[in-house]
Amino acid sequence: MKNKELNSLKEYKYGFTTQIEDFKAPKGLTEETVRFISKIKKEPKWLLDWRLRAFKRLKSLKEPNWQKPKYPKIQYQDLYYFSSPKSLKDKPKSLDEVDPKLIETYKKLGIPLDEQKRLSGVAVDAVFDSVSVATTFKGELTKKGIIFCSISEAIQKHPSLVKKYLGSVIPLTDHYFATLNSAVFTDGSFVYIPPNVKCPMELSTYFRINASQTGQFERTLIIADKGSYVSYLEGCTAPMRDENQLHAANVELIALDDAEIKYSTVQNWYPGDEKGNGGIYNFVTKRGVCKGKNSKISWTQVETGSAITWKYPSCILQGDNSVGEFYSIAITNNHQKADTGTKMIHLGKNTKSKIISKGISAGNADNTYRGLVDINRKALHSRNYTQCDSLLMGNSCGAHTIPYIKNKNASSIIEHEATTSKINEDQLFYCNQRGLNQEEAVSLIVNGFCKEVLQQLPMEFAVEAQKLVSISLEGSVG
Amino acid sequence: MLKIINLKASTGGKDILKGLNLEIKTGEVHAIMGPNGSGKSTLANVLSGKPGYDISGEINFEGKKLNNVPIEERAQNGIFLAFQYPLEIPGVNTSNFLRTAINSIRKAKGEKELDALSFIKLIKEKASELKIDEKFLSRQLNVGFSGGEKKKNEILQMKLLEPKLSVLDETDSGLDIDALRIVADGVNSYKNKDNSFLIITHYQRLLDYIKPDYIHVLSNGKIIKTGRSELGQQLEKTGYKYLN
Repeated sequence: MKNKELNSLKEYKYGFTTQIEDFKAPKGLTEETVRFISKIKKEPKWLLDWRLRAFKRLKSLKEPNWQKPKYPKIQYQDLYYFSSPKSLKDKPKSLDEVDPKLIETYKKLGIPLDEQKRLSGVAVDAVFDSVSVATTFKGELTKKGIIFCSISEAIQKHPSLVKKYLGSVIPLTDHYFATLNSAVFTDGSFVYIPPNVKCPMELSTYFRINASQTGQFERTLIIADKGSYVSYLEGCTAPMRDENQLHAANVELIALDDAEIKYSTVQNWYPGDEKGNGGIYNFVTKRGVCKGKNSKISWTQVETGSAITWKYPSCILQGDNSVGEFYSIAITNNHQKADTGTKMIHLGKNTKSKIISKGISAGNADNTYRGLVDINRKALHSRNYTQCDSLLMGNSCGAHTIPYIKNKNASSIIEHEATTSKINEDQLFYCNQRGLNQEEAVSLIVNGFCKEVLQQLPMEFAVEAQKLVSISLEGSVG
Repeated sequence: MLKIINLKASTGGKDILKGLNLEIKTGEVHAIMGPNGSGKSTLANVLSGKPGYDISGEINFEGKKLNNVPIEERAQNGIFLAFQYPLEIPGVNTSNFLRTAINSIRKAKGEKELDALSFIKLIKEKASELKIDEKFLSRQLNVGFSGGEKKKNEILQMKLLEPKLSVLDETDSGLDIDALRIVADGVNSYKNKDNSFLIITHYQRLLDYIKPDYIHVLSNGKIIKTGRSELGQQLEKTGYKYLN
């Protein structure tokens, strides 16, 4: 009985697909595909030109290969670059008009939109495949002048903001996957917070990969104008799949003078089976710029899913006295691989950054923290504090810490602390002796290990994340 | 309640317990004394099922053979070990830990789990009996606790989990006089005709507060002498030497 329960828990909890007719672009990565996407989204010419520039650039770029996890060659010509649930071609105006099957899917995921709307005070811009299906709480946000919509809608309704900031943090020439995204991005979220407005609720988007063989190329752009504040949540689950799926999102954050952006992610995509078959490739580019003085950007991530996670949410600390933070939990089990960390680029004076990374590795998994702290010559009196802790479970997993540290002026200080430990047998014994079984004990100890990061998450997420941490490690000890 | 027959235990090829016999009846308090290295802590570990020992002989608890029962099941069945060196678990809130523990045990017994409010009420009551500050409950489990606080925390857990057999492994060592009295009072207030104690100690001092029914002397992996509570006072005067 006990084993049976454990086995069913170990299987991916959200492994199901919804039967919805897809509306797909032709297969393959061609100029036709780029034009098709732009056309179907009725984009202005400047954006089509921008996409085409990216596409042209892409042809001269090579996929990077310096990362630790290797993966089989991606057949870009076999992927579909656009798909949307067909029934949404005429966009629904309210939840009632949304395909009931979509709503059903969200319910299986435990995120019933209608309940969330009423109960949690969270506005949700839900991305199902590549088209936004519902945006809630718009009214309340609009009153404050906050724009929270899909990026496609923003392109139509707020073109000047999009034109000004799109690609300003991650240029379209940046690197292979970022450039690929620029050429073929389909949808994503757009947030603008006007000057001196504190966003009254957590803004949240649930992503979900659904259509088979569809690469997901989300594009998110968040702008916090002077003196404003926003907290944004991103959470993901995906249905069970055999073939690998590529996800190459771009997220750009811009914080102007005295503004603060808090960006939290819980990533729980399909990690592949216990033998390492299938699973998502999560190759995401996330970057924020503290453009104004006294601005702050804080990244918090809980990465438990995907076959390969390869991402470095970064901060460019351009404004004087700006602050960048990165809090990360990366859990790899079975054959999962993660190469993740951050980049803190200090350009302004008195800039501060803090990095807290907790890597947990179990089974045959491999977990790498890779981070850059770069304090520029002119970034006088800047500070960085980095703490990287790795926890190993069992004898077949790996943990690696690769910090790159550059300090180009004598008035700045960088601190780096790192620990690697195995889960302590005596701690487990202590917990068992108090009646906790092995799974409960591991979950308790690991959640304790991650606490500094978990407590950075907004309440709504913290509970979910704690459960996720436990579920991800089930069956990994004993 | 507990019956140990010809128990042998070795670890890393070294024999530690070499044929130990012991019977504890319901409602009895037994103390085990003995020189360093005689196997006292090993006995406590083996009773609670700590891995890493090769075992032969038999441990019976309430008529059931324990030898291959997992640690948590023994705990759920009512065996509690107050650790000589309680473990620190960083990041884990003490009261969360206690609630998880009590609910694991309740679940195993088929009882309803305690909700947050009833738990808080219960824990506050137990903590105040042991003169434990409430603030202590929101600290990380045993992290930065003084020796005395750690031991009090063990007794708090005992009172909360309500075991049938409590094994106290040198709970008195490292305690000042006041803390010793509080710990002893804690044990005495929990002691009744339905539960039993096995108290491992080096000193008569604790036994002045908690009156044992029997005192056993463990030496070189065997019980070499058993007596009533006077034996403790005698040992205090003469040391273990005179027994040999």
